[in-house]
Amino acid sequence: MADTPILLREQQYHQIKAVLARLRMDSSAKVVFLVDKDGQEIASQGEVGNLDTTSLASLAAGNVAATGGMAQLIGEKEFPTLSHEGEKESIHISVVGRLLLVVVFDERSSLGLVKLRSKQVSQQLAAMFEEIAAGDYDDLDSPFAGITDEDIDSLFS
Amino acid sequence: MTFINYASREINCKIVYYGPGLCGKTTNLQYIFDSTAPQARGKLISLATETDRTLFFDFMPLELGTVRGFKTRFHLYTVPGQVFYDASRKLILKGVDGVVFVADSQEERMDANIESLYNLEENLQSQGYDLMKIPYVLQLNKRDLSNIVAVEDLASELQRKGEPVVEAVASTGQGVFDTLKAVAKQVLTELRKG
Repeated sequence: MADTPILLREQQYHQIKAVLARLRMDSSAKVVFLVDKDGQEIASQGEVGNLDTTSLASLAAGNVAATGGMAQLIGEKEFPTLSHEGEKESIHISVVGRLLLVVVFDERSSLGLVKLRSKQVSQQLAAMFEEIAAGDYDDLDSPFAGITDEDIDSLFS
Repeated sequence: MTFINYASREINCKIVYYGPGLCGKTTNLQYIFDSTAPQARGKLISLATETDRTLFFDFMPLELGTVRGFKTRFHLYTVPGQVFYDASRKLILKGVDGVVFVADSQEERMDANIESLYNLEENLQSQGYDLMKIPYVLQLNKRDLSNIVAVEDLASELQRKGEPVVEAVASTGQGVFDTLKAVAKQVLTELRKG
């Protein structure tokens, strides 16, 4: 079945940001992202600067989807981590349920440290997202509940 | 799959352009990219071969504006149209909120359109979606060429559920924004239903 929408409360968002900030510090990384497997960026922490985080999120998801497809062809469920090492900058991606934890780092850190720290927070993030997925959101006003056809049309004017 | 962030007050939706090889999916995105203000869109990422055929996908984020204080962002994707890239097409449909089927109006591409539409239905199903329920628009592209099938004939062959049919010439932009508007409207209407 298709995944349900992700609804993120303000408090949950800040909790996630706090976990990412700690991971970034502990792993001496430049930037840490949380992305969903469909390519939507959920949160980021670090030296984002001019980095195109939206494109990076989409490409990370495409990357994981493609290698996941390869995994299945050789009889694996998925490849739970992916690493790309460049001359100066590197990327480490771990699959956490329906999420991807993406860490961008340079020579101030190392792949081993990033792997270790990512693994340590993965369970915590997975538990947080289980709670988010199972949450009761009846009290949240959907921003779309009361919109009119005119509201929608105004987006295209 | 829609993502609503109540902290940053953003809504993100995913739209996929589908269709046979060389029907104009990338051209649709390229036109939207070229004619949108830079602050309203991100980069157009194309994962293409050396001969400019889409290898994996094209991607472009587009911000449409604000609804009830929420920024409304659409992530536009294309799939590779060539038949043998089917595994990639399946992956890109994951989490889709709306689909545009770009049909090539040329007579000799009729079979390719039918095959691709059948492939779309099948791949949607494998991801847990039903074409009959998902926001969907049929675009009839390349209406400026001479060897084209009549609109009524294309519609009777390709229309599945009374979805909006838009005539287009993606290379000049004709019908491109009408198509996007038609699918985005359906996606937002679905969100209203909750």
